[in-house]
Amino acid sequence: MKDKSINILNFIGLGFFEPAIRLASGEETKKNLVALFKKIVLPILSVGLFLLLWSAGSSHLYNIEKEFRIEKAFNERGEAAARLERSCIDSGSKDCQITTLPSPSQVWVAYKSLLADHASISAKKDAFAEKVAATNVKRAEQGLDAITYTGRPSFVDQIFTSLKTVFAGFLLALFIAVPIGIMLGLSESLRSSVNWLIQILKPVSPVVWLLLVSMIVNTLGKNSDGDSSFTISFISVGLCAMWATLVNTSMGVSSVDKDYINVAKVLQLNIGQKVFKIILPSSFPLIFTGLRITLSVAWMVLIAIELLAQSPGLGSFVWEEFQNGANDSNSKIIVAMFVIGIIGFLLDRIMLTIQKFVTFTEET
Amino acid sequence: MAYIELRNVSKSFGTGKDKTEVLSNINLTIEEGEFVAIVGFTGSGKTTLINLISGLLMPDEGQVLFKGEPVTGPSHERGVIFQNYSLLPWLNVRNNVGMAVKEAFKKMSKKDRNKRVEDYVEMVNLSPAIGKLPKELSGGMRQRVSVTRALSMSPDVILMDEPLSALDALTRGNLQQEILKIWNKDKKTALLITNDVDEGILMADRIIPLKPGPKATLGPEYKINLERPRDKTALNSNDEYKRLRNSIIEYLIQIGEQRSSKKETTYTLPEIKPQIKSTPFRRLSFS
Ligand SMILES: Nc1ncnc2c1ncn2[C@@H]1O[C@H](COP(=O)(O)OP(=O)(O)O)[C@@H](O)[C@H]1O
Ligand SMILES: [Mg+2]
Repeated sequence: MKDKSINILNFIGLGFFEPAIRLASGEETKKNLVALFKKIVLPILSVGLFLLLWSAGSSHLYNIEKEFRIEKAFNERGEAAARLERSCIDSGSKDCQITTLPSPSQVWVAYKSLLADHASISAKKDAFAEKVAATNVKRAEQGLDAITYTGRPSFVDQIFTSLKTVFAGFLLALFIAVPIGIMLGLSESLRSSVNWLIQILKPVSPVVWLLLVSMIVNTLGKNSDGDSSFTISFISVGLCAMWATLVNTSMGVSSVDKDYINVAKVLQLNIGQKVFKIILPSSFPLIFTGLRITLSVAWMVLIAIELLAQSPGLGSFVWEEFQNGANDSNSKIIVAMFVIGIIGFLLDRIMLTIQKFVTFTEET
Repeated sequence: MAYIELRNVSKSFGTGKDKTEVLSNINLTIEEGEFVAIVGFTGSGKTTLINLISGLLMPDEGQVLFKGEPVTGPSHERGVIFQNYSLLPWLNVRNNVGMAVKEAFKKMSKKDRNKRVEDYVEMVNLSPAIGKLPKELSGGMRQRVSVTRALSMSPDVILMDEPLSALDALTRGNLQQEILKIWNKDKKTALLITNDVDEGILMADRIIPLKPGPKATLGPEYKINLERPRDKTALNSNDEYKRLRNSIIEYLIQIGEQRSSKKETTYTLPEIKPQIKSTPFRRLSFS
């Protein structure tokens, strides 16, 4: 039971809990205490230190901003105005709120307000759905589209929109890069003929891909109505992120162990069997590493692309908050930053787990 | 008519300045049902020789004939046991063997194929490990799978490229006996590449040294007229065995010295693991 849960934890990349479990079952107390300290206590300490530095830094920035304002009031409007400014700032009133790097506690407050906002928006949505349910049934009978909620999306909705976009982009990358990578890997002449093209396209910035894709999509989509921003952003994400998979796949396929190729020859496999039974399985680890890089690149460029393409999602959330300039905008941006980071980490962990599940390791 | 025949076969790798002629003017005939062993130093071209016979490589000059026909590529009639097992690491034992059976017996029903796989795995005592991946097996077990894979295709000839070199002496001894037992059953033609003279004498009807390359050729053949089944311990006190062993080793030492006096040759350490001394004699291993 204990060993099983340790194995599962290690498998899904949460191996750092291992010493805690071993300790709980009273196994090699001293050794596991040290491991516990290294794997759990130290990381927690470092997070604490980070928060400490952050809050010191933000209060320092706060003070700089505050003194600057008072000084300015003094220079422009005299001593009385300066005193008024100081008391206004200290009272925390909204009129003279200081906007700078928010402190950890402000960010925490913003996080909770975003959750509350989400709860109220979902409540509204549910109420709306209930109200229009009867109408929608009727509309469906008449062959009309259902009425949907068109209010402002909540932060959580934005997260799901972003996940949807990144997933679509990832699938696009997968379906383009893997087949092309296999073809390139199989044919040396094909590989060398497109090598330059790949080398040149690979480092192109996400922004340029976005512009390029929107040129094409906007022209092609002239006749169709509807929002093309989702299409543009997921295609751009896919194009930016597919290169790692393309290169890794072609490398994996072209460098299959000669022994396995010899096995294929001795068994007299035909070309299809050779590709599907020997070449693909043996290059799977490399292909999967490529896919993992692709997913993390996709998530990284997604935010920038959403921000530019004005398509809904975390990127546009950040951008809107930045432009909006409300009191807690900066805190919300920091919340988004952590959410983006944590989701990126989770996506990578998921890929790693799948990778361990589906690929072989040569030696133990 | 010879079963396998190599006529004036030469093989080189590379082009221009980097061209090395590995094998030069090789002549070899193997009769049906014969068990021939080839001993030679590392890098002398033993694997190249076996690849030429299996059809994985084509000769630059000369001819490789199998049953009187030129070899044009690999065929199920010639089973190969590779030097480094070459099991597919993503398939378990059943599927590694099953893949070969499926290719060799395309018309067989799935049930019969499964049965064949199981029978062959049973033959090398690996039934308990049939669901395991190669990485979960010991070296000896992997080699057993490799042997099974080759035999399950029912080849007419079995080509073995240093099948036991990487194993410890004990496992090696066991597998020697197992391979002999299987060979004895239907007396298939067999070619064994080995780095161990004792192994050659124990198993083969004839031993032929391969001289060190480049331009390696075959040395004089040694007929092993010892009665089968041969027992390892009993052989140690057999005069004929001692005589054979000494003359082969002497010959190998002599050509080894010739090689070291040649300037352009490089030295390669034998690629074998330390072994338990299983015979009271000084044990010489060549690879
Ligand atoms: N595909 C190849 N390309 C170039 N050189 C090769 C190739 N295969 C083998 N050789 C060279 O041929 C020589 C003999 O190799 P090999 O037949 O593997 O020797 P052995 O099996 O006796 O150790 C070595 O020097 C090796 O470097
Ligand atoms: Mg070899």
